[in-house]
Amino acid sequence: MKNMLKTGASALALSLLATMASAEGKLSLYHWFEYIPQEVLDKFAAEYDVEVTMDTYDSNEALLAALKAGKLGQYDLAVPGDYMVEIMGKEGMLDTFDPSEMSNFGNIQQEWVDVTFDPGRKSSIPYQWGSTSFAVNRDVYPGDIQTLGMIFNPPEELKGKINVLDTSGETLTLASMYLGIPQCTSDRDQLKALNELVQTAKPDWASFGSDVAKDVLVSGDAAAGMIWNGFSAKAREEGANIEYAFPKEGYIVWMDNVVLLKDAPNRDNAIKFMNFLLEPENAAAVTNYAQYTAGVKGVEPFLDEAVKSAPELNPPSGGKTAFVQACPEEVQKVYDTIWTNLKK
Amino acid sequence: MAAKPDLKRFPGFFALTLLCLFLLYAPLVIVMIYSFNDSQSITIWGGTSLRWYGDVFWGPEADKFKQAAINSLAIATAAAIAATTIATMSATAMLRAGHFRGKGASFALINLPLMVPEIVTAVATLIFFSAIGFTTGYATILIAHIVFCIPFAYLPIAARMEGVEEVYEQAAQDLYATRWEAFRLILLPLMAPGILSGFLLAFIISLDDFIITNFVKGAGIETLPTAIFGAVKQGIKPNIMAISTLLLGVSILFVTLSYFAGRIGQKTKTPTGETT
Amino acid sequence: MAGLGQKPTAGGRTYAGLGLPLMLPAWVIIGFFLVLPIGIMLVYSFLTKEFRGGVIWEPTLAAYDQFFFDRGLFGDEQPKIEWTYILIFWRSIWQAGLATLMCLLIGFPTAWFIATRPASSRTIWLFLITVPYWVNLLIRTISMKFLIRDNGPLNQWLLDAGLISDPIHIINTNTAVQLGLFYSYLPFMVLPIYAAVERYNFSLSEAAADLYASRWITLRHIILPVVKPGIIAGCILVFVPSLGAFLAPDLLGGAKNFMIGSLIEEQFKGNAGNWPFGAAASMILLSMVLIVLIFYARAQGRAHAKGAS
Repeated sequence: MKNMLKTGASALALSLLATMASAEGKLSLYHWFEYIPQEVLDKFAAEYDVEVTMDTYDSNEALLAALKAGKLGQYDLAVPGDYMVEIMGKEGMLDTFDPSEMSNFGNIQQEWVDVTFDPGRKSSIPYQWGSTSFAVNRDVYPGDIQTLGMIFNPPEELKGKINVLDTSGETLTLASMYLGIPQCTSDRDQLKALNELVQTAKPDWASFGSDVAKDVLVSGDAAAGMIWNGFSAKAREEGANIEYAFPKEGYIVWMDNVVLLKDAPNRDNAIKFMNFLLEPENAAAVTNYAQYTAGVKGVEPFLDEAVKSAPELNPPSGGKTAFVQACPEEVQKVYDTIWTNLKK
Repeated sequence: MAAKPDLKRFPGFFALTLLCLFLLYAPLVIVMIYSFNDSQSITIWGGTSLRWYGDVFWGPEADKFKQAAINSLAIATAAAIAATTIATMSATAMLRAGHFRGKGASFALINLPLMVPEIVTAVATLIFFSAIGFTTGYATILIAHIVFCIPFAYLPIAARMEGVEEVYEQAAQDLYATRWEAFRLILLPLMAPGILSGFLLAFIISLDDFIITNFVKGAGIETLPTAIFGAVKQGIKPNIMAISTLLLGVSILFVTLSYFAGRIGQKTKTPTGETT
Repeated sequence: MAGLGQKPTAGGRTYAGLGLPLMLPAWVIIGFFLVLPIGIMLVYSFLTKEFRGGVIWEPTLAAYDQFFFDRGLFGDEQPKIEWTYILIFWRSIWQAGLATLMCLLIGFPTAWFIATRPASSRTIWLFLITVPYWVNLLIRTISMKFLIRDNGPLNQWLLDAGLISDPIHIINTNTAVQLGLFYSYLPFMVLPIYAAVERYNFSLSEAAADLYASRWITLRHIILPVVKPGIIAGCILVFVPSLGAFLAPDLLGGAKNFMIGSLIEEQFKGNAGNWPFGAAASMILLSMVLIVLIFYARAQGRAHAKGAS
């Protein structure tokens, strides 16, 4: 017993020493899951002699909640989506930088410099952008899939085999598109119709899940599922016979952005890392892994052929697209009620 | 014991025990088999291979898992030592110190961590740490673990202490031993098996915890359960199965060790009021 | 036969007078790091919610109002009784209750069987029960999911054996959630019952047999009352964690319906971001658990009083 305690105590001391030994030159990331290859982190760590740690979250709202609950000040960088950049900016969670601090700032594609959620890019740089719609298993349903009805009013073959993203923002936005009503509408009849639509559709859904969105399609637990385009490409690569849809009613586009957090413990390294990510070769490495699209000039020579030609990444021109909007409080409250009612 | 054996036997109980064991082990057997799967996917069998074991030790995320394992073991060891010490003191107070003010409340307090649903503890502790300005990190995980380990250590220790008759300590005191000597030289050795089980129970409870740790852990600090959860979010790959199998191996090693430790403990004959 | 009726508790006074100092560490650490946080939760539940998470320090009953009263989709209708959260609580209680029942039905015979083995092999049996429990709950839940999916090994095996012609659909159903909860907490049921049965004095069974009581009558009227404390402890140890669990409902149940655990989680980490409401739901859950425990303590107290007389 005594020896056991002694051994335990020395193991503890050793491990504490081990964690303290490498305390110099750190970078702390808060990132989406399955979105950055370990090799890119390792490359940065080796080039700049910085120890990189990363935590993951699975929705923009989870990121916001964790920072609000007291995690602000622990992370240097996070990767929120477009509307969340705006919210975090309003909440005072972001630090600003000067473009001159990054030698690669000029690599940002022109269309992504002056964006509505961060005009002039004072706190953020573009990371990857993509779309959110859904994928359908073609073995199960061979018909036309280019409509959001696949999810909200599914054909017989897909009923009871649909996975829906477990975030109210994306699900309710796609539902609004299906109904042809504006996002964040405060019109009561439209909100009631939205509530009814999801209530009616729910019996046809098998599960709610964001982080499992790919796995359920690969394993066959779901025959159709709301999913992000890059995730869908991966599912297809892993052997699922699925097709990603660009529905005629419209679909969501989003852009994830690397933001500099307020009270970042390692601001210098954070700037270095942002600059590193604006290097076309590194941005391309992320794109090759996550299979979304970089917002950086000059990535094409570094892209894999499979990524360049992936159907998920090459939407037909002229499709209807929209960013998810950050709704005002009164509307958000109704959205929350709709969501809770849906899952009660 | 002269009881006729048939009085102990109930038809179907053995079958139900086997069913119980089957239910407990069937998923683990699957995990073990699929840890040797050569395929990228966990749903499609791609031949036998050790590649995922290689991935666990030498893959790109090997360092993360190694660090997580060290963190988990260090936190579990420290939390279990602290909880066992506190639980032993509390058990002595509850069972050997006669009546004192607040005894009933003390009993409730010790069992409170067991009774509060984990999710409530997790959220409350996170808010509390933010409110008093604690930065989440190793210390916050450790504190939270000590708190919920206490009842798990207390229960076996108190159960054992109830079984140890007080006459031995009283005899020692009659022979002019101080109370500290009576505790150290008589009660503590008699308590050893109880303390060991309390320690091990607290240890595995800490090692297993996901919900509370996930809320109170600091940035980038992973324990095994949180690292495994993060990895699951990277898509379930057979490397998770390999890690699970390794964990199972470690736990079986632990069990075997504690079994032999227990047998050595039994040899130092402990007088108890146990029925056999 | 020293086990029955012998309770050294009453005589324990070797360290008389040291009770409070010995209890001090437990009071400090649990009091400071658990009772105080729960106190904060209680305060938060009476505060105004901040949009997108957090609280504003203005007292209000809004969180409890939201829990108990339905004011329609737009919050301006005549208040009716809100069934949503009662339904979610009821579902959790029902699921946890069924899981507890399943654990009891399998756990009791197992505990009994183990306790009636020769002393030397009991330890082995106990280890057999506890080994899987040393593997992380998350992995156990995932492997369960893997096992029961429509084209998973269980269905494959049953199909191959010709026992079924179509795969049994378990995944994403309530059955899957119960199965997951049952599997998560089974050892919590077996161990306390085992401890109780092991102290059971078999001469009582002999006496009953001598009076021509059948085996099952003996079980019901002699054995069950004696091992009841172990059964109650086991039931609480399974039921309480099951109430707050969210791994099994999320992974096995498909997160289609909120359980108490996922509802509270959603308030803090999800889209809703309504901390006071999450705190209020936690407080309501905690008071329910405490009420059950008070009943348990009363029952215990009565049992002790009986034992002493």
